[in-house]
Parts: sequence; C-alpha cells; structure tokens
Amino acid sequence: MPQRSVHDGLFTDEHLIGGRCGACTRYHFPAAAICPYCGSGDVARVALSDTGTLWGWTAVTAPPPGYRGNVPFGFGVVELPEGLRVISRVEEADPSRLSFGTRVRFATAPLHTDDDGTTVVTYTFVPARTQ
Amino acid sequence: VTRAVEIAGTGIHPFGRFEDKTVTDLGVAAVRDALRDSGDPQFQAAFCGTAYAGVAAGHKVLGALGLTGVPIVDVEAGCASGGAALMLAAGAIRAGLYDCVLVFGIEKMPRGIIRSSFFEPWREEAGLAATPAYFALRAQRLMRESGVTKEQLAQVVVKNRAHGVENPNAMFRGEVTAEQVLGSRVVCEPLHLWMLCSPNEGAAAVVLRAAPSNGAGSRVTLEAAALRSHLPGSVLSEGTPLSGLVDEEDIDPPTTLAARDAYEEAGVGPDDVDVVECQDTDAARELLSYEELGLCPKGDAGKWVAEGVTRIGGRLPVNPSGGLLSKGEPLGASALAQVVELVAQLSGAVGSRQVKGARVALGHTVGRGANASVVILRR
Repeated sequence: MPQRSVHDGLFTDEHLIGGRCGACTRYHFPAAAICPYCGSGDVARVALSDTGTLWGWTAVTAPPPGYRGNVPFGFGVVELPEGLRVISRVEEADPSRLSFGTRVRFATAPLHTDDDGTTVVTYTFVPARTQ
Repeated sequence: VTRAVEIAGTGIHPFGRFEDKTVTDLGVAAVRDALRDSGDPQFQAAFCGTAYAGVAAGHKVLGALGLTGVPIVDVEAGCASGGAALMLAAGAIRAGLYDCVLVFGIEKMPRGIIRSSFFEPWREEAGLAATPAYFALRAQRLMRESGVTKEQLAQVVVKNRAHGVENPNAMFRGEVTAEQVLGSRVVCEPLHLWMLCSPNEGAAAVVLRAAPSNGAGSRVTLEAAALRSHLPGSVLSEGTPLSGLVDEEDIDPPTTLAARDAYEEAGVGPDDVDVVECQDTDAARELLSYEELGLCPKGDAGKWVAEGVTRIGGRLPVNPSGGLLSKGEPLGASALAQVVELVAQLSGAVGSRQVKGARVALGHTVGRGANASVVILRR
C-alpha cells in the first residue's frame, strides 16, 4: 500500500527531525531555516531522541478542522532530553491511564487513507506502558 | 507632556447568534450607539478590530453610516484585536495626531471548533488544530502547578453565569450549578463543555478623545492600553504552538508583559484595581489570568474563586458582565465589550451588577499569536 508523510521533513521512520542552532545551541521542532530563539541562520537538521516523557496530555473527542481520522485520539506534549517540548498525538485516548512523566517512545501511525488509496502517516508517541 | 485620553462614549450590539444580520449590520448598531452616547462627534480616524470579517470590514460599517474620508484601519490580533485597536487609537491621540478617534470591533464567528488559518494544513490533517485541546493542556498545567481543582474550574463558570443573568448583552442568561457544569460532556479532559465559551457574534464600539487637561472633568479616562506578544519559549501560556518551542517556566507570558506595561503607564498596581474583566475563553484561562496579571500570588487563583473573592460583592470582582462564558466570544468585539462594561461600572450605570465604589478598572484579553492586551480605566 502506498504511503505518504503528512508533511515532508518532520520525521523519519525512527525519529523526529529537529533543528539545532549553532549560535545559541538550542533545539526546536519542526526544523526551521532560522532559529526561532535567536534568529540565527546557522541551523543544522538533527535527529531528535526517540524517547521522552509525557508533560501534558488530553484526548480530542470531536474531529478538529481539517482532520479526517478517527476520534477520540490522545493529544499531548512530550518533553525530549534535548530540552524541548513537542506537541504530538499520543497513542492513548484515555487520559486517566496516563500521568505526568510517563515514558513515551516515538512511532509513526496512520491518520487516514486518501481517495486514491494512499495511507497518510504522522508522528506520534506511544506510552511505554499503559496502566 | 502627553495628552490624557478620555472615553467620550460607548456602544454595543448584544452578543449571540443573529442569522438575519450581517457583520456590517452588527457594527453599524454598535457604532451608532457609541456615537450617540458621545454626542455625535467628528472623529478623525477609525480603527476596527476583527479577525474573521474580511477585507475592508471597518470601511463597510462606516460606509453604511456615511463616508467621511477619514483613515480607517482594520486591526487583527486574535482575541486581543479590540485591545490592539484601542492601543493604536489611544497612542495616536496621545501623540497629538488626532483629537477624537472611533474604535470598534465586529465579528460573526464560524460555528463549531474555530477553523483558523493560523495552523498549517499539515497540522490540520494530523489533528493538531484542536484548539480546545490546547486549552485543556493549559488547564492541566495550571492544575498541576497552582493546585487548581476541577471543582474550582466549575466555580468559575458558576460565578460568571450568575453575573451574566442580569446582563442584557449576554448570550447565556441562566444560572448553573457546579454539578451541572461537571455533568456536561467532557470536550477535552479536564475541560467540560460548559467550561468553554461559545464563539458567536456581536459588536462593540468606543469613542476616544483628548481630555481637556489631564483628564480633569472627564467621566472616565483611559489610563493605559498595552499590547504585547510572546517571547520565544512561552508557547503553552497561550496554547498555540508556533514551532515546537520549549514552554519555559521562567519566561513571562504576554499577559504579564502587557500588565506590567499597563500598570506602569497608568501609575497603578494590581492592588489599586477595583474591578476586572478578563479573558475566560475557558474556566482555567480566567484563573490563570488572576496570576499572570499579578492580582493574586501564583497558587492562589483557585482559592480566590472558591472563597468568592472575585464574585460581585467580593474583594475584587472579576467578569461582572458574565465574561465570555456568559456573553460568548466574537473575537474582534470582545475586548471593546469589556471596555463598555467597565465604563458602565465606573459610571455606576449597571444596576444589580454594580461593583460598588469602583474607581480603577482593568480589562484583559489574550489570544492566538500570542497577543495579550491590558486596558486600565479610571473614574
């Protein structure tokens, strides 16, 4: 089955693609041509850690604008060791099964299938163990 | 010496849903109301706050009232659009550019979860354009860091809906109980449906003019109108992701930045404020505003609402109009409707909603961008 990423340059099969600023040394996601902290153009594209901890979480219960996938789905903020927090889907739609600091691991997940049969894939994070 | 600015008059079209009216109709009603209230002055410029009304929206309103050739500028700053328009108008008067300026805000919001061009198409496709989910993450953070409980979130709704009962310009005018709020469906945990304001329609208008001399003899003076945007690293303080920035604890959010500017400009501190209208897009946003505006120490916001401090009759009434939770939120109009309410409060003209003896009033909006505006008025 053909697949496409929801957007080029966000992630590989193994990790998110972030930016690291050579001037202020800070990381950001998604990778940008200009550092959003200091404005430097000295930004390198880097692999971000594939594990992090859960910093915020909820569930989306109604389809947001432009979304064609299933609801409910988990939604949250993942803190990565590089010192950045990423807004992401979370593979747990029951908030009561998650807690602050839960370890999560990067993954990819299908969003929906286009009319021509192409599966659209996004990045997500999977809790190491749901209670 | 910069010139003092006074409120010459205010006007409003009630907030709600009006199928048979255009956004221009709403604006015309509010502007006529304000011009009548201020003695039909010749204004030399107009600023129109709106996010969704489209090209030359302010021109269409004034065109319907008779064109005069004055400069008309539409101003967009998310939920703070009206505050931004007020800042520009007040600054122009203080600088001596104009003596009298019309400021108005108009909106007819789409129904349902607001679709915003702010989000890139891929974020929409990935399900990340879920505005209530950002509010929920912010609420969860406030609960974790300031010890706020879900019961206290419900109490914000109970308070504001009780205030809104007597406001003829509000959309929802029935009291609710905490049990009912917590019994409404969960939109995004921890936020239940009744803890979220409804996007809707409405308009508000304010006429500003140069005060004779330092505000002496004025009914109400505009002491400050500050607008700030966010610093890198404070994304979740207004719940909208820009580019995955770290949301750092030691960075002041835009509300705090705007409040600091406004207090300094007005020469007052949070302890001097007698009545507040603040952004209650969701119940947690109101409590966060208490802390970010410096009205209470971090960690006390939940206790404040639980103890009735912010009810009418309490030490510092917040959202005596009923807030957005009662009125609904038409983005471009909401900040100016706060000014309409606060001017009426300072003038002793709101009947049973009156905050007794109010002399200094503060209005606050914050929204996408992120922008925050803080307005300070004095009688």
